[in-house]
Amino acid sequence: MSTQPLPTGTRDVLAEEMRELRAIESALLALFAARGYEEVSTPTIEFQDAFARGAGPEGTATYKFLDESGSVLALRNDMTVPLARLVARRFASEPGPFRLAYSGSVFRRVRPQRGQLREMRQIGVELIGAEAPAGTAELIELLVASLDAIGLQSAVIGLGDADLFPSLLTELGVEGPARARILECLAAHDLVAISDEAGDLAELGETERATIVALSDLRGGPEVLERARALGGPAIERASATLAETLAALEAAGVADRVQVDFGLLRDLGYYTGAILEVYDPAVGEAIGGGGRYDDLLGRFGSPQPAAGFALYLERLHVAQAAEQELGARR
Amino acid sequence: MMSLNPRDRGNDGALTLALPRGSLFEGCLGMLDRAGFDTTEPRSDSRALIFELEGLTIVTVRPSDVPIYVESGAADIGVTGKDVLAEQSDRAVYELVDLGFGRCRMALAARTGSDDLERAERRLGLMRIATKYPRTATDWFERMGRQAEVIEVKGSVELAPLVGLADGIVDLVDTGRTLAENGLEVVDEISVCTARLIANRVAHKLRAGEVDEMVGRLREAARG
Repeated sequence: MSTQPLPTGTRDVLAEEMRELRAIESALLALFAARGYEEVSTPTIEFQDAFARGAGPEGTATYKFLDESGSVLALRNDMTVPLARLVARRFASEPGPFRLAYSGSVFRRVRPQRGQLREMRQIGVELIGAEAPAGTAELIELLVASLDAIGLQSAVIGLGDADLFPSLLTELGVEGPARARILECLAAHDLVAISDEAGDLAELGETERATIVALSDLRGGPEVLERARALGGPAIERASATLAETLAALEAAGVADRVQVDFGLLRDLGYYTGAILEVYDPAVGEAIGGGGRYDDLLGRFGSPQPAAGFALYLERLHVAQAAEQELGARR
Repeated sequence: MMSLNPRDRGNDGALTLALPRGSLFEGCLGMLDRAGFDTTEPRSDSRALIFELEGLTIVTVRPSDVPIYVESGAADIGVTGKDVLAEQSDRAVYELVDLGFGRCRMALAARTGSDDLERAERRLGLMRIATKYPRTATDWFERMGRQAEVIEVKGSVELAPLVGLADGIVDLVDTGRTLAENGLEVVDEISVCTARLIANRVAHKLRAGEVDEMVGRLREAARG
């Protein structure tokens, strides 16, 4: 008799791995609780409208189906939108800030043969009702403590600004299809396409082209703020000022050395405003976590207030942790 | 030898550069020479896959495998043709520099002097196109508003129109000699492809200084 296969991007977890995954989850949730972030849970399925309302067209969930009355339901592809929905719905009349934690599966599309997970576990927090830069700094400080709690001392946090390129392009007068195309190239970090004078972005001037490419490649310690300012313009000035403010707050918290300023950072979800984050570990070829500010998201659910959060990707944390433990053992 | 696996080595050791065995290999070695690396070993040993140069580790792979090595972080940076990158456009790698060498055309070709393509399109409603680049071909016909049935083959694409597997081919053309030898000619040019320098997303952040230094060195050398 043949064995029953599993859908691509899904898997069984056996005892040893499960023990280690559970240990990571418990350590993080215990830390979150100690910092006042209490765990909540939202349904795995919501109305598709919730995702479209929260994250726009990019937020459209992959797996949709109809319920008995014909409404479109979706498997969640993100935890932040449901948590924003929860706060707007349940705590509308209460004073913030709200500190919430979660651990749950999200469901995404996968490409074949890529080792991508269709169902992945995210563990994270949302800080709703706290403004930048203090709220952002509180989150990043908690993120550093989270990485330390599970032994990821080599992990680094990339800190960027979600408004930078959209406002820079407006300032440069780039609109319409060219704007969308440049943002697409920036998200893929295709610097050749932006540099190419003969390419499909021919309407960009030489200076604009050079500024966008230089900015997109600018990452490092606090010294990159000055190098960014040298590129000129109000959009860059504003983003640099915001980043400097956040960095100052992180200095005060003693965690600035774990943060890399990255002017080229972009996140693919549609609700970010201001500070955005990604987490990297040398053992994993892709980000092991991400997040940022989403000051407009709660307003879309009728309860406008500043907010920010981060999520760590459990399966990738586990790969990184195993590598750091072995590296530590050899040193 | 120290392990090259990033899961073992963390951020220690030299950067790893994935190079494509094949038509771009010589251009890559020339660039490394001008950048001041000693390429005697990779030039002499055709069987070895890994070469430790002073301050840079080279791994040699098939051109179409370079993106996956870099995307996964097995190599920090890599060189491959734009033809490969366009065909694998869903790979999450950073495309940093157009190195300029290895200039080729991606082209639509058919039997010399024939009207195979037009005839198929007019009478049968679509052209059958054999190619090693199914995504590139499909996207181009889509953009041009022409109907084509794209047939993926792994090698000797030129054979397909000669024996009636396809009405034409989409392939990378260098001098055009292979086409001419098989009685084929370019009908339409799709794009121009050159060698590109790509980087892994995480290495680009975590080893920013080293990556920028190496990219600057190779950029200069490729221009020289």
